[in-house]
Amino acid sequence: MVEEAVSGTSLLKKLRRTERRKKIEAVGLITPLFVLMLIFYFIPIGLMLYKSIDNSQMREIMPHTARAIEHWSGKGLPDEPVYTAIVEDMKVAYPNRTLAKAGRRLNFDLVGFHSLLSKTGRKLRKLKGPPYKEALIKLDKKWGDPRYWTVLQRGLKNTTLIYLLATLDLRYDDKNNITHVPDEQAIYVSIIGRTIYISIFVTVLCLVIGFPFAYIMANATTRVRNLMMIGLMLVFWTSLLVRTLSWILVLQNKGVVNSILMWAGLISQPLDLVFNRIGVYIAMTHVLLPFMVLPLFSVMSGIPSYYVRAARSLGATSIVAFFRVYVPQTKPGIGAGCLMVFIQALGYYITPALVGGPKDQMLSYFVAFFVNERVNWSMASALGLMLLLITGSLYLILGKHVSITNIKLN
Amino acid sequence: MKTDDVHVSFKNVQKSYDGIKLVVKDLNLDIGRGEFVTMLGPSGSGKTTCLMMLAGFEPATQGEIMFDGRSINNIPPHKRGIGMVFQNYALFPHMTVAQNLAFPLEVRKMEKAKIDEKVQHVLDMVEMGEFGDRRPAQLSGGQQQRIALARALVFDAELVLMDEPLGALDKQLREQMQYEIKNIHEQLGVSVVYVTHDQSEALTMSDRICVFNDGIIQQAASPDDLYERPENSFVAQFIGENNTLTGTIDTLHDGLADVTLESGEKVSAAAIKVGKVGESTMLSVRPERVIVNPDESKVPFTIAGHVQKLIYLGDHIRCRMTVAGNDEFIIKMPNDSEDRLLAVGEDVRVSWKPEDCRALDVI
Repeated sequence: MVEEAVSGTSLLKKLRRTERRKKIEAVGLITPLFVLMLIFYFIPIGLMLYKSIDNSQMREIMPHTARAIEHWSGKGLPDEPVYTAIVEDMKVAYPNRTLAKAGRRLNFDLVGFHSLLSKTGRKLRKLKGPPYKEALIKLDKKWGDPRYWTVLQRGLKNTTLIYLLATLDLRYDDKNNITHVPDEQAIYVSIIGRTIYISIFVTVLCLVIGFPFAYIMANATTRVRNLMMIGLMLVFWTSLLVRTLSWILVLQNKGVVNSILMWAGLISQPLDLVFNRIGVYIAMTHVLLPFMVLPLFSVMSGIPSYYVRAARSLGATSIVAFFRVYVPQTKPGIGAGCLMVFIQALGYYITPALVGGPKDQMLSYFVAFFVNERVNWSMASALGLMLLLITGSLYLILGKHVSITNIKLN
Repeated sequence: MKTDDVHVSFKNVQKSYDGIKLVVKDLNLDIGRGEFVTMLGPSGSGKTTCLMMLAGFEPATQGEIMFDGRSINNIPPHKRGIGMVFQNYALFPHMTVAQNLAFPLEVRKMEKAKIDEKVQHVLDMVEMGEFGDRRPAQLSGGQQQRIALARALVFDAELVLMDEPLGALDKQLREQMQYEIKNIHEQLGVSVVYVTHDQSEALTMSDRICVFNDGIIQQAASPDDLYERPENSFVAQFIGENNTLTGTIDTLHDGLADVTLESGEKVSAAAIKVGKVGESTMLSVRPERVIVNPDESKVPFTIAGHVQKLIYLGDHIRCRMTVAGNDEFIIKMPNDSEDRLLAVGEDVRVSWKPEDCRALDVI
């Protein structure tokens, strides 16, 4: 005891020193991975997502206007300095061809802005002034319409919400209030809804097929189990593109399925199985099935057979024993499998693009569309952010009940 | 407790899993109502298979199993109404203790109020009244064992099967649970079929023990009969400690056999399972029945022994010696005050009463 009291403080120090060394080692080991993740994962994704609200480009194109219009009250028309500023900006931007960029951007908020700017740009040299206010309104009476100035003021702020609002079929009205877009333009909410619906449907299909599959696999002999595992893994060994295209071959009008059904006399005309929703369901379920089966199998192979026996000996029929004793114990597997399949299904792009029709495209298709066709990165990243939000909130809700990290794949 | 009323009866039951080897060979056994029968044997001897056939999880390949006078061969397990306690307890991990106990009653469509009452009653019976809301994982091994027992009893099963229920418990707890199971058995008067490979457990608890080996009941008898009067060499060696000596039969008379050991010495033993004169036999004598340095006039024979090792165990002294060529001959001597302590290396004479030594089959 005496010895302990004397050396007490130094003991604590020693302990801390050894602990510190361990900590430094641990941090040292993690750092490279962390830096790698930061550089190649978090920062690019963060930048990409920032694009959905980023508006700084507009300020670069029209620096004078941006400063001058900041103080405009939004009532009536702006004063002369704002008109002067925009003419100055256009004089630089038109020859640089950046004016068209600004026009496209503003056109997204108010249709007609693009043509207004290009028309004004063309006739800029003939414009007399200063003052420019009268001259501009004379050139095109849209310059005398306060709606355009409201949009311009909104469009010259550092950040903008128009893309995010657009993904929810919302927009600013003339008075800067958020309203619904007209019904004929509202598409994104229904696309998000369709994406979620298809994902849920595919998840359910995967569960319905995957549960019995995993059950048989977990209770089979080693030989059969290995065969089933190989069959399942085969899906991973072929490219997604090849798998999806082969479904087209199988399901098309003169494909294997239709040929067999017609040969058997079950149908007289080929069924439409591909380039529609049915094709999307079939192909996506096939691709995602392993992600349902593997966690289920992992959980099921850990459930000893004596539970069902015990239930039987206690008077339960095999059906009651299965549903009241066996199935509840597979809940962690069901949860993890559904979460994995659902989250992956949400982001599916190639499969619906290849085997689906125009009404079966999911959110990711529109992300690609905005990147490749429209070159509108802001809209693409806004849609991406929506996808991330759906996934994130789902994970937060279900994550409490399902621990993915608990699942081990044998 | 024991009555003549037959509760369960195996009739010429055989079981094979692969169609080649019989795991259970021609089992015939009657279990009386209220009897506590233990199936004891090494692993792979067929005892658990018998239990599984009785529970209904394995079909009998041949023969008939009668329960309450009717054949249950074609009755599925859930309709047999036989309670079962599993080796690993098999408490449903996703249900609370009370839900576990209510399960057999719910599947029997009992009323809610009646269920609650019965669950509480059976919880009190195993002295776990406060634990209804716990999950099985929150209980200790002994507590889980009690709940498993309670669950097998809650639906008023008249027959309870137990498959090595105490195997996972430590020694002290196991002894306590043996006592409690025995108590509950006596209180409720249910019939119990108990499977174990632990002979002391079997001896402590059972009314009757069936010793299994190689798919055959070697002997079915009360614990004392089994220990005192084993009917063959397997039982003699399986139950308790035993010294074996082999020899040839010289004469057979009055239920006794005179035997010449391999060393040439002549001894006498009770003839239990022997062939004809001139055939070989295996003698079996318990360590505590061997007499050391007897008064030569009072015993029919003595043979030579050479003390190899002495182990002091407090209440008795264990002595390993060489007798008739057997180096593992054990003698237990009570630690009384009489002056007959042996020394290592000493040559002694040993003997036994002929009725304490059993001449059995050679294995």
